[in-house]
Amino acid sequence: MIPAKFDYVAPTSIEDALSALVQHGDDAKIMAGGQSLLPVLRMRLNAPEIVIDLGRIDSLRGVREDGDALVIGALTTHAEMVTNDLVHQHALLLSKAAAEVADSQVRHRGTFGGSCAHADPAGDMGSAALALDAEFVIAGAGGTRSVPASDFFVDLFETAIGEDEILTEIRVPKRTGWGAHYEKFVRVAHQWPIVAVAATVNASEGTISEARVALTNMGSKPLRATATERALAGAAATEDGVRAAADQAAEGTNPPSDLNGDSDYRKHLATVLTRRAVVAAAGA
Amino acid sequence: MTQISLTVDGTQVTDDVEPRMLLVQYLREKLGKTGTVIGCDTSNCGACTVHLDGRSVKSCNVLAVQADGHEVTTIEGLATDGQLHPVQEAFRECHGLQCGFCTPGMIMQSVDLLNENPHPTEQEVRLGLEGNLCRCTGYHNIVKSVLYAAEHAGQDEKAGAR
Ligand SMILES: Cc1cc2nc3c(=O)[nH]c(=O)nc-3n(C[C@H](O)[C@H](O)[C@H](O)COP(=O)(O)OP(=O)(O)OC[C@H]3O[C@@H](n4cnc5c(N)ncnc54)[C@H](O)[C@@H]3O)c2cc1C
Ligand code: FES
Ligand code: FES
Repeated sequence: MIPAKFDYVAPTSIEDALSALVQHGDDAKIMAGGQSLLPVLRMRLNAPEIVIDLGRIDSLRGVREDGDALVIGALTTHAEMVTNDLVHQHALLLSKAAAEVADSQVRHRGTFGGSCAHADPAGDMGSAALALDAEFVIAGAGGTRSVPASDFFVDLFETAIGEDEILTEIRVPKRTGWGAHYEKFVRVAHQWPIVAVAATVNASEGTISEARVALTNMGSKPLRATATERALAGAAATEDGVRAAADQAAEGTNPPSDLNGDSDYRKHLATVLTRRAVVAAAGA
Repeated sequence: MTQISLTVDGTQVTDDVEPRMLLVQYLREKLGKTGTVIGCDTSNCGACTVHLDGRSVKSCNVLAVQADGHEVTTIEGLATDGQLHPVQEAFRECHGLQCGFCTPGMIMQSVDLLNENPHPTEQEVRLGLEGNLCRCTGYHNIVKSVLYAAEHAGQDEKAGAR
């Protein structure tokens, strides 16, 4: 199917994009890589009057350092996240998660910012961003504001981005040298996860000093496995060392039941995948 | 209507298109390049894979207006001077197709894969092709074709295929 008719603008600056957004309000839809938006438009689940394509705004792309933070442009593609050296060094978890998104063709177009803005509960990048305490920089007519990941994801397909705002960059506190792993459970190739676990770990000499763990598709938004994180501090970086902590991964969650698995099954998956993710992240 | 100018298989083209026109529709309906096919409605099958500035994309999930100013290569632009591309050769040699419907996309994705990783393992080939579905072959001979191409083609030829 093809989308319903729409007008199209491709501004070359954030300012121009914001004024287009203010001018058209509700009738406008922003497009980044289009990898989630175009399927929605083709299914006619949405029919905006105008599409504002951010693809020509070069300042929204790329990765740079700013002191203790890594600053990632919202339009940085999944493929770039996989190969970028700075991301590898300072936020390995994002690179690992991006490698698991969809397939090669989709990763060439889809963006980190677009993934987070879309806020699909099964999206792979949200939990990785949450585990790293990323900050989302959002621009509006009145200036920019910064929202922590814990407040950014609000609900199913809902974020803190306002109607006339644009996500411009994601600031990630550096976790230089931390191990990381993204463990994704799917039934067939290039699918959305039934459950996935994002883990990044600071371990030395076989002991974990700090761990950050977040869960994908265990609720309407990405969730931190806080009980597990607490229990992992000081644990041995081995299968047996992390088992008890991982068993707490689903604590406090209320995952959905659907055709891919019921709620209890998801809770079980979360504990198993957490164990695998943490062990792999610790390099044990 | 929005005017777009782009390069398709080495030829500069300019057209007025509706913004909602998908790149795959543009290639097939405006340019008559029916070598690129449509296999699904959900951007899952990969049959429509082409290269945009040298990287594989699903042309059913890109608007023609997004390709404005860029370079597109389709399956029809792979062969040079009547010489099949090494990956096309390999698919023929290894019987990498049955009905052939998935083949244009498989070949375009395989070329991208080999550009990035000239000597993939079997597992890397399978993962690299995960966005391309085949209903006939069971993938076995497709994977064999890609490995054959990796083994038999000089790197220069592959880089030149972008
Ligand atoms: C076949 C297929 C399989 C997929 N599998 C997976 C998967 O396994 N895991 C996964 O995580 N994802 C998957 N995806 C989705 C993919 O990751 C998309 O890249 C991503 O969800 C959206 O990124 P995008 O840049 O394409 O955003 P778009 O599609 O352009 O936009 C998505 C939404 O976010 C809004 N938006 C985008 N950018 C901004 C911004 N800067 N500011 C404000 N709003 C913005 C748009 O208005 C739109 O509502 C898949 C997609 C396809 C087609
Ligand atoms: S037709 Fe494009 S992915 Fe199926
Ligand atoms: S050869 Fe028939 S779909 Fe692949």
